[in-house]
Amino acid sequence: MTAISIAVLTLAAIALIAGLALSFASGRLPASDDNLVDQVNELLPQTQCAQCGYPGCRPYAKAIATEGAAINLCPPGGDDTVSRLAELLGREPMPLVEAAPVGRSVAVIDEALCIGCTHCRNACPVDAIVGAHQLMHTIISSECTGCELCIAPCPVDCISLRRVA
Amino acid sequence: MTAATYDLGTLHGGLRLSAHKSAATANPIYEVPVPGQLILPIAQHVGDPAQPIVGIGERVLKGQLIAESEGSLSAPIHASSSGKIVAIERWPISRRNGDPGPCIVLETDGEDRPIERWEEAPPYDTLAPDVLLQMILQGGIVGLGGAVFPTAQKLMQANTCELEYLILNGVECEPYISCDDVLMREHAAEVVGGAQILLHALGLDICYIAVESDKPEALHKLTDVLNEISDERIVLKQVPSIYPSGGEDQLVQLVTNREVPSGGLPTDIGCLVQNVATAAAIYDWIEKHEPLISRITTITGDGIPMAMNVRARVGTTVADVVNFAGGYTESAKQLIIGGPMTGRSVTTDRVPLVKATNCVLVMSETPSPGPEMPCIRCGDCAAVCPVQLLPQQLFWYACADDEKNMRSYGLTDCIECGCCDLVCPSHIPLTADFRKAKGRIREQADEKARAERARRRFEARNERLERDEQERKEELDQQKAAAKKGGAAAIAEILKRKKKQDED
Repeated sequence: MTAISIAVLTLAAIALIAGLALSFASGRLPASDDNLVDQVNELLPQTQCAQCGYPGCRPYAKAIATEGAAINLCPPGGDDTVSRLAELLGREPMPLVEAAPVGRSVAVIDEALCIGCTHCRNACPVDAIVGAHQLMHTIISSECTGCELCIAPCPVDCISLRRVA
Repeated sequence: MTAATYDLGTLHGGLRLSAHKSAATANPIYEVPVPGQLILPIAQHVGDPAQPIVGIGERVLKGQLIAESEGSLSAPIHASSSGKIVAIERWPISRRNGDPGPCIVLETDGEDRPIERWEEAPPYDTLAPDVLLQMILQGGIVGLGGAVFPTAQKLMQANTCELEYLILNGVECEPYISCDDVLMREHAAEVVGGAQILLHALGLDICYIAVESDKPEALHKLTDVLNEISDERIVLKQVPSIYPSGGEDQLVQLVTNREVPSGGLPTDIGCLVQNVATAAAIYDWIEKHEPLISRITTITGDGIPMAMNVRARVGTTVADVVNFAGGYTESAKQLIIGGPMTGRSVTTDRVPLVKATNCVLVMSETPSPGPEMPCIRCGDCAAVCPVQLLPQQLFWYACADDEKNMRSYGLTDCIECGCCDLVCPSHIPLTADFRKAKGRIREQADEKARAERARRRFEARNERLERDEQERKEELDQQKAAAKKGGAAAIAEILKRKKKQDED
C-alpha cells in the first residue's frame, strides 16, 4: 500500500514540477513563430523599401523567422541591424549584400512638374504621399522613410531623394 | 518675514569656484546704443521656431510682433527697434556655435519709435490666471536663466500640477556671469513685482527668492524692497555659493530639501522655478507693456579691457557689444557665449545676442590642462557630481556605446555642469563625451519612434488594401449572383451591352 502511494505521490510531484517549468517557459521564452516574427520585425528599420526582395519589413521578418532567409539583405538597416539580428537568432553575422546608405533621406516632389497621375501615391508603402487625380501631389516628409519606391513609377521623373540634416 | 533665512537642504558634491565677477559688478549697467542692423534669429527658445509674419521691405516699429509662436512649444519675437526688414536669411547664430540659422534682419532707422500701445489693460490682479498666462505668452518671454524654455508654456504646464512653492532663481553660480546680480541690485522692485504677478497667475501663496550669499548688495536691495511692500508671501533665502547650486533641480533641493525624481520635473514635487530676470521681464511686459526686446548681458573675460554689464537690444551682434566695451585686447583668442562651464565656444563674433545670451566671455589662450590620460577610477568625479551619478562608470559605458547601461546609470539626468571635468586628474573631457552620448541616445530614440510610426502606417495601409479588395470581390459576387438569378436572357443582355461598349 505504502509503495503504491509513494509511487503516486512521486509521479504527482514530477507532474507538478514539469507543469510549472512549462508554464514558466511559455511565459518567458520566445516559443511561437509569431512572437519571433515580431521580435525580428522590431529590429528592422521599417523603411518598407522592399530592397530585400520581400514586400516590406514584416514579410521579410517572417521570411527570416520561418523560412531561414538571409539576415544581410537590408541595406537601410546597415551593419547594426545585421549584428542585432545575428544576436537574436544565434546566427553568424555577415556583410551586407549592398552598402548601407549614409544618413536619412526623404523623397521630394518637384511640384511644378507633377501631373497628378497618382502612381507614386499608390506605390508609397506608408501612405506618405497625398494628392488627388490630376492635382498636384506632395510628400509628408515627416512620414517618408526614403524607400525610393515612388521614384520609378513617376512618368515625368519629378521625384528625387534629398538628404535630411 | 523679509530677512534672509538659512534653513536649507543639502546639495551633494559641487565645487567652490573662483567667481571672477567683481570686475563687471563694479560698474553700473551701461546701455548699448541701438546698432544699424539687428539680427533676430527665429529660434531663440526651446521648441518650434517662431514663424515670421513680416515681409522684406516692411517697416516695423519697436515692440511690433514680427514672428508668431507656432506649435505647442514656442514664443513670439518682437522688433527690438524701429526700422525696415531687409532680409530673412541664414546668419551665424550662437545656438549652432557660429553656424548659420534662419534670422530676420532689421535695418534700424535710428528713431527707435515704439508701437502704439494697446488700450489700457486692467490691473493684473483683476485678471483670471489663464488670461494672464495668455498675455505672458504674447510678450515673447522665455526663461532667461539659460534653458530659454517659453515661460507661458512652463506656467501652463505647472498649472496642471499640484504646486506649493514658486522659487525665483537668483543664484548665479557660474563664474564670470553677473547679469542677474546687477539686475537684482538695480531692478529689485521689478523682480519682486514679477514674483507677485507669477504668484497671482499660479494661485500660490509662497514664493522663495533664492540668492547666493556672495551677493550682499543684491540681498540688501531685495530686503529693502520686501520691507517696503511687506508682502508676507515672498521670502528671501540665502544659499551658499557652490557651483552648481543655481541648477533648477539643485536649487529646489537646496531651498525645499525635496529631491526632483529622476527624469521628472520640479513641478512633480510641487515647485516651480523661474529665473529672476524672467520675473523682471514679466513685470516689464504686464505693467509697462514692454515685450522682451532687450536684456542685461555680462561682457567679461581677460580678452577685453573693461568688464561690464550692459543692457543691449536683442539682435545686437556680439561684435557691436564688444566694440562698445572697448574692443578686443591683443591677447583675445577665444569667444564664448555663456559661462566658462556651460557656455558655447563660437567661431565668429557676427552672431547676434539673443534672449538667452547672459554672458559674452572673451578669453585669452587658456593653458591646456594636458593630454587626456586613461581613467584611473579614482572616483573624484562621483564625489563632486551634484546629481550623484557615477561619471567614471558612465564614461566606461559611453566608450562602449552601451546605451542600456548608460540609461540605467542615469546619463539622461546629467545636467552637464562640468564639475567632473574640472576634478578629473586624467583630464578626460567627460562632459563633452556625455553630451555626445546623450545626442546619440536621443537620435536612436527618434529613429525608433519613426520606425514604429512607419510600421503602423504600413500595417494600416495593408489592412486598407485588403479591405478594398474584399469589398470589390463582394460587389463582383453580388453582380454575378444577380446575373445568375436573371437567367440566360439577362446574361445575353449583359454580354450585348459589353460588346457594344467595346465597339464604342
